Amino acid sequence: MTETSGVNADFVGRTYPSSGPYAVSAAEIAAFADAVGSDDPLHRDPEAARAAGYADVIAPPTFAVTIAQQCDRVYVMDPDAGVDYSRVVHGEQRFVHHRPITAGDELAGELTVDSIRMAGGHAMITTRTELSAAGEPVCTSTSTIVVRGGEDQ
Amino acid sequence: MTARTAAETAVGDTLGPVTVPVGRETLVSYANASGDQNPIHQDEQFARSVGLPDVIAHGMWTMGAAGSVVSGWAGGAGRVVEFGTRFTKPVVVPAAGVEIEVGGVVKALDADTGRATVEMTVTAEGAKVLGRCVAVVQLD
Repeated sequence: MTETSGVNADFVGRTYPSSGPYAVSAAEIAAFADAVGSDDPLHRDPEAARAAGYADVIAPPTFAVTIAQQCDRVYVMDPDAGVDYSRVVHGEQRFVHHRPITAGDELAGELTVDSIRMAGGHAMITTRTELSAAGEPVCTSTSTIVVRGGEDQ
Repeated sequence: MTARTAAETAVGDTLGPVTVPVGRETLVSYANASGDQNPIHQDEQFARSVGLPDVIAHGMWTMGAAGSVVSGWAGGAGRVVEFGTRFTKPVVVPAAGVEIEVGGVVKALDADTGRATVEMTVTAEGAKVLGRCVAVVQLD
């Protein structure tokens, strides 16, 4: 018997109801900027951010992943999806920013399972999260995870 | 932070390389800021128990550090309009810490939109850790 990743390919194309709101605070943005070593004043100084044309301090370009991963949970925690999270590694990540994520945003996230590919007992799953605020697009976050096959590999 | 203009930018321009230190405390900060508390990024014993050589950095920390470099070069975090990468090799973080090097080269420049496509190179201990790491930045 060939052990496989156990991932259910029938989930391709599934879009989940929008989740959220995910509230974004200035403190979260500053902590994230500290962790990724960005000294940009736009993350911490509301006056500088407003002078640059933003409503408040803005997030680093990869901050969206923190919300996208919360949106992913509805899929990866679904027992029928067959995703064993202990065997997941992050393969690829991509962001398209329609505008920067800004302190005070209340974001909604709509998750779609774009593709599931099986190769060598592993499954490569690409999910896409469309983040929006008050119906206006903010960020498209696309993530590919690899679910490694089981013991027989 | 001064905004970079398209007029002062040309295909072939380079940024960095910038050396970024990463220690175990960096990974604890990133775990707390991102919510990714997977113990492979913090607990040496756990990391070894699942076959890793040592604690490894979050791939998203490495991508984030590269994002800080390219947004600083462009002149502000809001200027990164597209950013993508593959995670090809983990950054192993021993107790004493390690450094990554982040550099980039301008591969394309759209005069109409003022957008530059920057291909990033990120290495640890001389080996590339990100593949196809590309940022599109909006210049003035």
